[in-house]
Amino acid sequence: MLLECSDYRDLIVVHVRDTRIDAAGAIDFKDQMRALTQADNRRVILDLSGVGFIDSSGLGAVVAVRKALGPDRPLELAALTPAVEKVFRLTRMESVFPIHASLPVPAAGAALHGA
Amino acid sequence: MARDVPHDSTRLVIPSTPLAVRQALCALFDTLMPGPITQPARDAAQIVLAEALNNIVEHAYAQSPGEIEVTVTFSATGLVCSITDAGLPMPDACLPPGDLAPLPQSGDLPEGGFGWHLIRALSQDLHYRREGGRNLLSFRIDAKQLLP
Repeated sequence: MLLECSDYRDLIVVHVRDTRIDAAGAIDFKDQMRALTQADNRRVILDLSGVGFIDSSGLGAVVAVRKALGPDRPLELAALTPAVEKVFRLTRMESVFPIHASLPVPAAGAALHGA
Repeated sequence: MARDVPHDSTRLVIPSTPLAVRQALCALFDTLMPGPITQPARDAAQIVLAEALNNIVEHAYAQSPGEIEVTVTFSATGLVCSITDAGLPMPDACLPPGDLAPLPQSGDLPEGGFGWHLIRALSQDLHYRREGGRNLLSFRIDAKQLLP
């Protein structure tokens, strides 16, 4: 699974460059997210705009990443597509994550402040 | 009784691996099935099929791998899916209730237990039976699902 990072002073945006977070990719996703986010304590926004499908294993992996970040560093989700939103809503997980309707895009080189 | 004439039918036989499940879903939903259903119904169908197939990979074939046969048929009422496998039977020979665990206020969020809830929430006419050493699961996805 290809994940790309946009780094800001107090924020990491992780862009999922795969169209699916599924059972075949869930462990890889979890491992890569851990590697990308464990170096410091910046906010983390997961850009899901390119993800057209998630299954319950993928959802479990996103929940696991949130738990790994700890209680003071909630995993924020951005730009859920309809199929992904459906899975979060039906499992009530949409109430667990701060969700941005679209990806907050900071000006080039600027720091992104606030949610 | 009026016959529900199928428009189109696709049958796949896949090995019981997560990657084969992904490839089957991509084949079904990206190329083989530009059928007369709404996008929300397509999304629902892919979610339900994924959960049913993943369940077979993880549980029915937990001890030894095998083949899974998937048949998807378009009809006037929607998408009818039948899945068979030769793995272990469902516990107590019936489908799990699929109740979600209550969400804790903080701390230990569930990382699983969503699959049967999603299947039950998004499908109709869900049936399971064990016959001749095989599991047979079938369900229908309403073609005219409302927008989410």
